[in-house]
Amino acid sequence: MSNVDVVVTGLGATTPLGGDVTSTWDALLAGENGIRRNDNEWVEKYDLPARLAAPLAVEPTDVLPRVQARRLDRCEQVALIAAREAWADAGFDLPSDGSEPVDPDRLGVSIGTGVGGPLTLLGQDDLLEQQGLRKVSPLTVPMLMPNGPAAHVGIELRARAGVHSPASACASGAEGIATAWQMIQNGRADVVVAGGAEACIHPITVAGFCQSRTLSTRNDAPDRASRPFDTDRDGFVLGEGAGVLVLERADHAIARGARIYGRVAGYGMTSDAYHITGNHPEGLGQVKAIENAVRVAGLTAADIGHVNAHATSTVVGDVGEAAAIRKAIGDHPVLTAPKSAIGHLVGGAGAVESIFTLLSLYYGVIPATRNLENLDPRVELDVVTGQPRKVEITAAVNDSFGFGGHNVALVFTTA
Amino acid sequence: MADKPSDAEILEGLSEIVEEVAGVSPDDVTADKSFVDDLDIDSLSMVEIAVQAEDRFGVKIPDDELANLKTVGDAVTYVSSHA
Repeated sequence: MSNVDVVVTGLGATTPLGGDVTSTWDALLAGENGIRRNDNEWVEKYDLPARLAAPLAVEPTDVLPRVQARRLDRCEQVALIAAREAWADAGFDLPSDGSEPVDPDRLGVSIGTGVGGPLTLLGQDDLLEQQGLRKVSPLTVPMLMPNGPAAHVGIELRARAGVHSPASACASGAEGIATAWQMIQNGRADVVVAGGAEACIHPITVAGFCQSRTLSTRNDAPDRASRPFDTDRDGFVLGEGAGVLVLERADHAIARGARIYGRVAGYGMTSDAYHITGNHPEGLGQVKAIENAVRVAGLTAADIGHVNAHATSTVVGDVGEAAAIRKAIGDHPVLTAPKSAIGHLVGGAGAVESIFTLLSLYYGVIPATRNLENLDPRVELDVVTGQPRKVEITAAVNDSFGFGGHNVALVFTTA
Repeated sequence: MADKPSDAEILEGLSEIVEEVAGVSPDDVTADKSFVDDLDIDSLSMVEIAVQAEDRFGVKIPDDELANLKTVGDAVTYVSSHA
């Protein structure tokens, strides 16, 4: 069991459904769709079979000052936007000379990303090839490095207790939160700004996912393409965005009268040691991650009323996860699969979906899964469809799994 | 070959580059200002400014020369004498 109470006092996000948490959450509850036809010229040029994407609803350059934006990779831009929102939402002012709302030595950052800055890496490589060394930006390396998003947030907020950037593919955002929780548990920090960010919609990532046959090719029906747990699912849709949460020692939050969304009660992190992209056939790593998370939270399976599923809309992954949930928790939790609306944000997914999980606890409502017309009979779980469902729950799990066999389960509870 | 630019034209061109790269208002880019101490321009941005100035004025600014360009006036003088 954990020894230190860790609460969440601030939320921030920019997603395919909205430029902040409120607009994203409202759109999710309203059943809106963030998936679009990918009309970039390169889709036609390379004849890519998957022609869908879930781009940001609000362009980062419409939000950030021009000069700051040009010094940041898109992945860093979304992380900074989400972090600023979360920081303000927690009731903190930006630090300035003579005013530091959190002691910098007690403030950390843990923001993961799946692939860092491929748009910079590949864009600058094009410049080198076509125009030579002189045209390569001196900011190339800090813009492409995967710790860039966390580092920029740490500089802006003056975090000196440590800046971390977990990389576990599609579990990176969840691992960012788990790492933050651990930092507070072991006394390294009182406040940690945590989450994940991704912006990698580029011909090479899309081509690579096409070649691994993991993307939906329901090109003529973007609003129906991402359909987790449905019998007709055919792959995920690549999205972009970031989610950031302010984790805080409960006594620290209470002392300053902060609004508390809920608690991060525990996590479980395991690795499959099986296959670089494929799930373990018996889901052993997923089961153990969920079981560990519930145990660390000091709860039992019966306490878990809701699971915000990783469910990416791939044929194999969704039923594997459902089996793991049934084995680790049982068939009583109510599920939802937000990737049906926002697509797969890769390193941002676990963080944005943890925000949804917390808001479900905070408001007592679980958003519906879009496009779930025929539940795969192997799922055997209660998945919310149609309208959001009002619930009375006190504990919920967010699952995240990543290429490489990374399994992260987070347990959140009401405050 | 175009006519050699006047010092005022060089200053105007430099101020446009500095605004593009670092967001400094052109009004603040005057000959007496230090790039680092007054205009808060870091070494990475100085590289970008130098590359753009080379393209704009048709000069070469080697790294050891760039290190000596402390003020906007230093840069104007350098460009003027090498253009």
